[in-house]
Amino acid sequence: MADDNHRPEAPPTASDDARPAGTFEFEIEQSHKWYRRPEVLVPVILVVLGLSLLAVVEAPSGRFRSQFTPGRDVSFGWDYFFHLVPQMLRGLYTTARATVLGFLIAASLGLVMALLRRSERPYVSLPAAFVIEFIRSTPILVQMFFAQVLVRATPWLTLNPIVILFIVVGIHYATYASEAYRAGINSVPKGQWEASIALNLDPATKWTRIIIPQAVPNVLPTLGNYLVAAFKDVPIGDAVLSTAGVLFFANTIRADDFRPVEPYLLIGVGFLLVSLPAAWLVRRLEESIEYERD
Amino acid sequence: MSTNVTETDRTDLSDKGAASVRFRAVDKAFGSLTVLENLHLDVEPGERVVIIGPSGSGKTTILRVTMTLEHIDAGTIQVGGQHLYHEETSAGSLKAASERHIRKVRSNIGMVFQHFNLFPHMSAIENVMLAPVKVHGTSREEAQHLGMELLAKVGLAEHANHTPGQLSGGQKQRVAIARALATQPSVMLFDEVTSALDPELVGDVLKVLRDIAEEGKTTMMLVTHEMGFAREIADRILMFDKGRVVESGPPSQVLDDPQEDRTRSFLGAVAEH
Ligand SMILES: Nc1ncnc2c1ncn2[C@@H]1O[C@H](COP(=O)(O)OP(=O)(O)OP(=O)(O)O)[C@@H](O)[C@H]1O
Ligand SMILES: [Mg+2]
Repeated sequence: MADDNHRPEAPPTASDDARPAGTFEFEIEQSHKWYRRPEVLVPVILVVLGLSLLAVVEAPSGRFRSQFTPGRDVSFGWDYFFHLVPQMLRGLYTTARATVLGFLIAASLGLVMALLRRSERPYVSLPAAFVIEFIRSTPILVQMFFAQVLVRATPWLTLNPIVILFIVVGIHYATYASEAYRAGINSVPKGQWEASIALNLDPATKWTRIIIPQAVPNVLPTLGNYLVAAFKDVPIGDAVLSTAGVLFFANTIRADDFRPVEPYLLIGVGFLLVSLPAAWLVRRLEESIEYERD
Repeated sequence: MSTNVTETDRTDLSDKGAASVRFRAVDKAFGSLTVLENLHLDVEPGERVVIIGPSGSGKTTILRVTMTLEHIDAGTIQVGGQHLYHEETSAGSLKAASERHIRKVRSNIGMVFQHFNLFPHMSAIENVMLAPVKVHGTSREEAQHLGMELLAKVGLAEHANHTPGQLSGGQKQRVAIARALATQPSVMLFDEVTSALDPELVGDVLKVLRDIAEEGKTTMMLVTHEMGFAREIADRILMFDKGRVVESGPPSQVLDDPQEDRTRSFLGAVAEH
């Protein structure tokens, strides 16, 4: 079994035929390492990320405040720049947390949307297609204002701004994710669907064991790109909903100190520090999937 | 001509009998292209029918409608005495079958494809075990036991833990046969199962088919261009052209003493390569 030279067709040896059937001492190896099994990997990543962030339930709180005396037209100063770093990181954490929680919604809701849109029943697929297209073609900025006024106008609904933020991000990116899933599902070869029919697999087995495990790896790089994009959209929430993310940090410091250059420059650096490694990870993922396909 | 193609009245759709697969007045078209036309065919239990004919004559289609990969436009198909696409109402007439009914009847049928269609993310044994565990509710231990028996039968016990990507074409096809056998179908459909293989790998696959034939339990419908193999394995050969059975009979008749011009010209063309 440890024979690596299995590619060429083994000549039909005597042992192939002579071995009496049913007398095997045989261990089924887990044929793939768990991290190569998308149906394991994806939930694991999402759940671990989500839970570890949720475990730190409280968003960091407290007002952003600089230690410097305010003064107009002060030229750029590195001291001032560096002393803002811890507060920027606090804002960045809030932004990242909203991104991940939002994306957790997007990745799972997106799959549901994709399946609804594929439904054979038009009274399911048509509304699903309409909702997806509608949300996808309106800007997230408008959606945030809309969500805010909707929550204000609904007396029985009180939501923390940060919750509104990740719901909006979640739904918005779910529509993008659903299109990615749809493309991934369509990329599963016709023969796989036909084999599922020939084996009389029930729909649940077909989807969970055959289609989704083959569709999701193709979708992962796209989802990764959307995650990075979502990260860059989340600060819109600071402007609209006053969530305490990086942009809120910079706005506060500017209002207090009248020194806008340093905080904005700093959050630029903050984004770079997150986006670059993320983009690198996505590229790695793409390459490893190419490789898997050989 | 010992043909089983009966020109029965097209309304006579509900006759029952011992036949394993019974086609009655089956029509199938793709758009304006008629592929099967008023097809009548009975395949007896345990019978091995080889379908030959020129490209585009509908050989694949007849297997695909039997597997329900394509649905028929008109007529009926019965498998083991049960209608595949229809259900009998209490009044005795036929209505379109529910998905549940189709699934039930379909469980008697297995198919092996030209391009294997193995599940690439599962090992050989996982491919074979999936349907028994998920569809038939067999325990994993039992399914594994059965799966290993089947892989041994196709000469691949050593490769149980290999994924399709690690197997040659001939090995993949034998895994695919084991996977189809695992659901214990009474009817097996084989669509040119050796034509995607390198010539030196064909023999192993044909050997497995011969083994299945020898057991004699399974009704087999095979499409193949391997005339030598067809002669050896077939109880009956059907010569297909333009969606109709042109000639039908034992290999000695159809291959050696064809009655129809169309069969003669087809066999002549095949013999040339
Ligand atoms: N899904 C489809 N849509 C449209 N046309 C189809 C489809 N499937 C088959 N056909 C057409 O139906 C005809 C019969 O096809 P079929 O595959 O049954 O032929 P065949 O006898 O198996 O031929 P070959 O020997 O080339 O495999 C062909 O003309 C083919 O192009
Ligand atoms: Mg064909």
